[in-house]
Amino acid sequence: MKQSTKKLVLLSLLAAVALVLSYIESVLPPLYPAIPGIKMGLANIIILVCLYIFTVKEALILSLVRIFVSALLFGNAMSVIYSLAGAILSLAVMAILKKTNWFSAVGVSVSGAVFHNLGQVLIAIAVLENIQIGYYMIILCATGTTAGILTGIVGGLLTKYLNKAIKGR
Amino acid sequence: MKRLIRNDAILIAVIAVVTVVFALVYFGMQKDGGNAHVIKNGKEIAVYSLNENMTVPITDENNTNVLVIENGKAYISYADCPDKICVNHRPVSKTGETIVCLPAKLVVEIGE
Repeated sequence: MKQSTKKLVLLSLLAAVALVLSYIESVLPPLYPAIPGIKMGLANIIILVCLYIFTVKEALILSLVRIFVSALLFGNAMSVIYSLAGAILSLAVMAILKKTNWFSAVGVSVSGAVFHNLGQVLIAIAVLENIQIGYYMIILCATGTTAGILTGIVGGLLTKYLNKAIKGR
Repeated sequence: MKRLIRNDAILIAVIAVVTVVFALVYFGMQKDGGNAHVIKNGKEIAVYSLNENMTVPITDENNTNVLVIENGKAYISYADCPDKICVNHRPVSKTGETIVCLPAKLVVEIGE
């Protein structure tokens, strides 16, 4: 198969899996409804895998496709701006940290999760014109780190096996 | 790989320590609140004492939320937005605690 066709197929598959994960997460009850914003971030597994298999460019496209299609299919338009802020900030940080080679996929994923939360809290502060709600970040740092460790482990393993399957190495 | 995992551990430990320090300082400084400030679109529109039990609807042309003050705690009992995040939020009573309804651009903030 031509290299570009292979890549297109793979990216489409990753996008489909990310969408399914987003959907599953949106229909599951929130992990802890008493404090909003606590999530597993399952779709980030796929973004992480994409960042490792391809480059930040493909990961960004995948991320944007996931956000817009999931907003269209099962979300509301309101949440798009929050998702975008979180996703772009998180991906930027993950791409930079991956490049430095300081951390494994787990460290990269943890940073991504924390900055995803930070992006969303910053947008909420801006939209609501209220700085007080920044205190959510204390709680979201703890839960985001935990979620980031788990998605990082899964994403790291997936990258390893997918790389073997795709490139034979 | 070993070095990377060691760095991961350092990163996670640093985040954990910073979070715990912030949490201790922030939640340590919290006191029992006296008033619930209702902030809509960044402007304070009403203040209610937490000592009086009451049920107040907060409406604008697009959204309705119902604020309930009961036994010194404030919570949102009803919202017409789809996500119900504010309704599920636990009751707040300490200074600085907030309940946020993003679709209605509503913040209920506890003050002294």
